[in-house]
Amino acid sequence: MSKNILVYIEQRDGKVQNVSLELLGKARGLIAEASEKVVAVLAGYQIQELANSLIWRGADEVIIVDDRILEEYMTGPYTKAVTAVIKKCDPSIVLFGATSIGRDLAPRVSARIHTGLTADCTALEIDGETGNLLMTRPAFGGNIMATIVCAEFRPQMATVRPGVMKALPADNSRSGKMEVLAVDFVAGDNHVKIREVVRETKKSRDIAEAKCLVSGGRGIGNAKGFQMLRELADTLGGDVSSSRACVDAGWIEKNRQVGQTGKTVRPALYMACGISGAIQHLAGMEESELIIAINKNNTAPIFDVADLGIVGDVNVIVPKLAEAIRKYKLCKV
Amino acid sequence: MKIVVCIKQVPDTTEVRLDPVTGTLIRDGIPTIINPDDRAGIEAALTLRGQAGGSVTVLTMGPPQADVALREALAMGADEAILLTDRAFGGADTWATSSTIAAALRKTGFDVIITGRQAIDGDTAQVGPQIAEHLAIPQVSYAGDIQVEGETLLVRRMFEDRCHIIEVTAPCLITALSELNKPRYMSIAGIYDAYRKKEVTVWTLADIEDHIVTGNIGLNGSPTRVKKSFTKQPKGTGTFVDNASPDEAVEIIVQKLAEKYII
Amino acid sequence: MDFNLTKEHRLLRQMYREFAVNEIKPYAEQTDEEERFPVENVEQLKKYGFFGLVFPKEYGGAGGDYLGYAMAIEEISKVCAATATIMAAHLSLCAAPIYECGTEAQKQKFLIPLAKGDKLGAFGLTEPGAGSDAAGQQTKAYLDGDNYILNGSKIFITNAGYAEVYIIMAMTDKSKGTRGISAFIVESGSPGFSVGKKEKKMGIRGSSTCEIIMENCIVPKENLLGQLGKGFGIAMKTLDAGRIGISAQGLGIGEGAIDETVKYVKERKQFGKALASFQNTQFELADMRTKADACQLLVYRSAHAKDSGVPYGTYAAMAKMYAGDFASDVTRRCLQLMGGYGYTREYPLERMMRDAKITEIYEGTTEVQKMVVASSMQLK
Repeated sequence: MSKNILVYIEQRDGKVQNVSLELLGKARGLIAEASEKVVAVLAGYQIQELANSLIWRGADEVIIVDDRILEEYMTGPYTKAVTAVIKKCDPSIVLFGATSIGRDLAPRVSARIHTGLTADCTALEIDGETGNLLMTRPAFGGNIMATIVCAEFRPQMATVRPGVMKALPADNSRSGKMEVLAVDFVAGDNHVKIREVVRETKKSRDIAEAKCLVSGGRGIGNAKGFQMLRELADTLGGDVSSSRACVDAGWIEKNRQVGQTGKTVRPALYMACGISGAIQHLAGMEESELIIAINKNNTAPIFDVADLGIVGDVNVIVPKLAEAIRKYKLCKV
Repeated sequence: MKIVVCIKQVPDTTEVRLDPVTGTLIRDGIPTIINPDDRAGIEAALTLRGQAGGSVTVLTMGPPQADVALREALAMGADEAILLTDRAFGGADTWATSSTIAAALRKTGFDVIITGRQAIDGDTAQVGPQIAEHLAIPQVSYAGDIQVEGETLLVRRMFEDRCHIIEVTAPCLITALSELNKPRYMSIAGIYDAYRKKEVTVWTLADIEDHIVTGNIGLNGSPTRVKKSFTKQPKGTGTFVDNASPDEAVEIIVQKLAEKYII
Repeated sequence: MDFNLTKEHRLLRQMYREFAVNEIKPYAEQTDEEERFPVENVEQLKKYGFFGLVFPKEYGGAGGDYLGYAMAIEEISKVCAATATIMAAHLSLCAAPIYECGTEAQKQKFLIPLAKGDKLGAFGLTEPGAGSDAAGQQTKAYLDGDNYILNGSKIFITNAGYAEVYIIMAMTDKSKGTRGISAFIVESGSPGFSVGKKEKKMGIRGSSTCEIIMENCIVPKENLLGQLGKGFGIAMKTLDAGRIGISAQGLGIGEGAIDETVKYVKERKQFGKALASFQNTQFELADMRTKADACQLLVYRSAHAKDSGVPYGTYAAMAKMYAGDFASDVTRRCLQLMGGYGYTREYPLERMMRDAKITEIYEGTTEVQKMVVASSMQLK
């Protein structure tokens, strides 16, 4: 068994997903000695030109499996491809992004190989004593963290939560090895047939299902203020909601109202913009995981429930914040 | 069509709170429920039975009190219920769990297996696909919709930015998302019958011995172990920023969002 | 003496709670504001077997018991008392007497659709001149060939206007007093049958309460329920069992009020602290919670007695008497704890307080219940 770290590169339509670059970055951080290498597994159809960018991002080697059968993701062929690469490389660790592909593929591969798999990791480190990979991940609905070890089986496999690890900036002075691995695919490897691929258009969701909500109150001034909130929500991949005051004033639809006579929401992020925090409103959102409040009035009751309270003018801060988030996201990858 | 639904009884982790003083989990009084993705699985199975005919068997690996979850499934309309319970199964990780359940499935037989995508306590989403691998059958995960077309199942397989309409035939395994459907309630007659007329079959290790390698079960059969677990920091009072300039304020917010993995 | 619920009753309660909160509660405010008959709720209740809860499966029922029924009414009443009224009147006052006293032919024709919820039922005893003094029936019925002809009017009839099957009491032989009253199954389409004025009420505003007018109303003679002259006894027995449902309603209304108030006092802050930390709030809620528990025990006991086949009339009267008082008392005190906000229609408390009052009055007033209990003590 080598001490290499294998990183599964998720690509869709020839575009490498950010999480894979984050994992290359993390893998570089995990390797200790020069004999350990970061090897990227790139599977797909006509994707060989992506290999260089992977080396620039931290891979020492790229193993490519290129076949027509891999054009769209399907469990059967991809499991066969990744298993073949693992058998050839015999790595110590294999990392996947915890995406809907990763969480379909990794369990199947780990079961085929008979090894341990840890899901949705938010932290990875090497145990100084044993050299084992320590995989930390949320459990119990996110209420506890567990550190998992796979002591006796190899490779140690993990799916890693996207957006947690840091990708390295592209360094085009880096060089590495590239290899094409021929895998013997047959028609029956599919097991299933894709009748149709439907690319999703974004549809309006129920605010109760949004992971992030940017919510407006009387402090945003007028109906146009919601445009500003919408832009901020877009940077966060979230949705817009409102206190009762704005709905009553006709600035936004009733189905976006949060509160006693509106909806109860529990998003990962609730941004209360220009909302005073009347008790009827709090009843609808105080269970949100992270509450950030911006209000001109430093005695507004919303600050009692906010994890981060900012005294200031929403109309100045929100557009700046949207801009800053856009910049931050560009820098990350 | 013989449909087998694998379910798990879980604590309702959305109701769990951290004790603000001790920082430990308050587990008392947390109700146990059928895992939400699994409930969608039961509903999908019942609908499938309505369209294609056949039977719905519900199976769970758990402690004796998982009987209640099975009764619930029977009350929703399932035909049969099997409780896989044995001390020997305890401490299992997903490899061992999936091996054990696969053994039971070899014994029950099946056309279509439906599991939930992910349990809200373990949060791994691994058991379904691993069962499919042990049984060497195709899997279609993240199912957002299931239709029947004669002998073929048409499954809408969800990705982040697209979906595939997949054609698959029995035998196969499908993992259900809670968004797949709105599960029916138990009917009142169903609840009375679940306790007065129906039986829950109990299987221990002895009942599935012929279908499993004993080295694959329980804590000893688990490649992964929990080294430690700890609670996250309790919330505490928030940070109040009263005299920052807009640019400073924006900095602070961006930092917080990054810290919490929002961006 | 086992105070624990059986596993099936615990599962029933789980279902009822989830169902009431997710399906019934969303319509509660509108039902009250618009005095709107909650057709969506009725549709859902029908779908899951609520309307025939206690009747055997062979008659389209769910094969359940009165404890399960009481618990259902309790959980529904926590979120919408009007919906509970609709269900209770239908099941206890119309379907039940047909089950208890009807011929096989009547059960086939009427009980099955009622139990399935395909038809809604109602009960007509009360008249303008006959309320607590139920014996003073003025509605008359006489036999004319193959039919009975009914003449008279009934008031305060729950479900009137939506019900298709009515149990109507009428005087068939005035000379015999209460032994001259008979019970009839009257279908809404019968010639001479009409629904009159709809009452505007203080509470349970979504429940349709109307007058019924019978003018030479033609009722086939096979619709006579039970024996001629036995109608009053049937009515009294019916009300005995009906009490179990109404006491469960009072219980549920009060419990719903306590739940809302507990939520509120934990959030609302005055004088720098949550209301919940003030001793008055704590003592008031502790007292009401204890009363709720006592009420629940009385209600469940009366249901359990009926299910066990032992005499339950006194238990049911005690439960109803206690529950009516409990509902009014607790809703008033809870509203007081919620203060100004509680008085607004943003919160459901004021509706609960208005809904509570009827549980002291209908299906036998609190005073009538006291008469029943006093009589059981042989105080003459």
